[in-house]
Amino acid sequence: MDIFDTIKEQIENNPILIYMKGSPNQPQCGFSARTVQALMACGERFAYVDVLSNPDIRANLPKYANWPTFPQLWVNGELIGGCDIVAEMHESGELQTLIKEAAASSAAS
Amino acid sequence: MVIQQQIESRLREALSPEHLELENESHMHSVPPGSESHFRLVLVSEAFAGQRKVARHQRIYQLLAEELAGPVHALSIFAWTPEEWRQRGEPAPASPQCMGGSKREQGA
Repeated sequence: MDIFDTIKEQIENNPILIYMKGSPNQPQCGFSARTVQALMACGERFAYVDVLSNPDIRANLPKYANWPTFPQLWVNGELIGGCDIVAEMHESGELQTLIKEAAASSAAS
Repeated sequence: MVIQQQIESRLREALSPEHLELENESHMHSVPPGSESHFRLVLVSEAFAGQRKVARHQRIYQLLAEELAGPVHALSIFAWTPEEWRQRGEPAPASPQCMGGSKREQGA
């Protein structure tokens, strides 16, 4: 499968998805760690892709997303942002609302 | 300092910022001394009015596409309008500690 199709499928099939360096329990980058911590604090299930173990995705997702760095948080097929945006949204409470709604709507469908 | 100056002048030219802080944080990461690989940017500009956060960051990434495709590995961004900046009334958060990802990448 074409790498862009793989990426598209991942984003479409996972309502809450984070592309990060390392895994949620063993992040390999401070920015990925901070972002995944904020996401875990929301208390909902989410999917993750470790871009260090998936060099094709690491090389091509930035072009697909028009976003050059990792981590990237995608909710309901939309790019929410990287570490700075997610941390700001976590602080303001916006992130919790967004994640709870995404989890509730995927459970209902 | 070359990359740092290049980034600053591109941003000043395109966004006429009211406030611009660009800090080279490369020393916090597992890269050689004198590197220009990790930066933290605080940029306050009227150009961001009415734009979502993702769009603001994408605009900055687009302006710095050349630097990001080359030596710049991480760019932490705080992009606010002058109004948001004044309402906030506090400095932007500090960057997280390095966890060694670059080392693993160099070995890979």
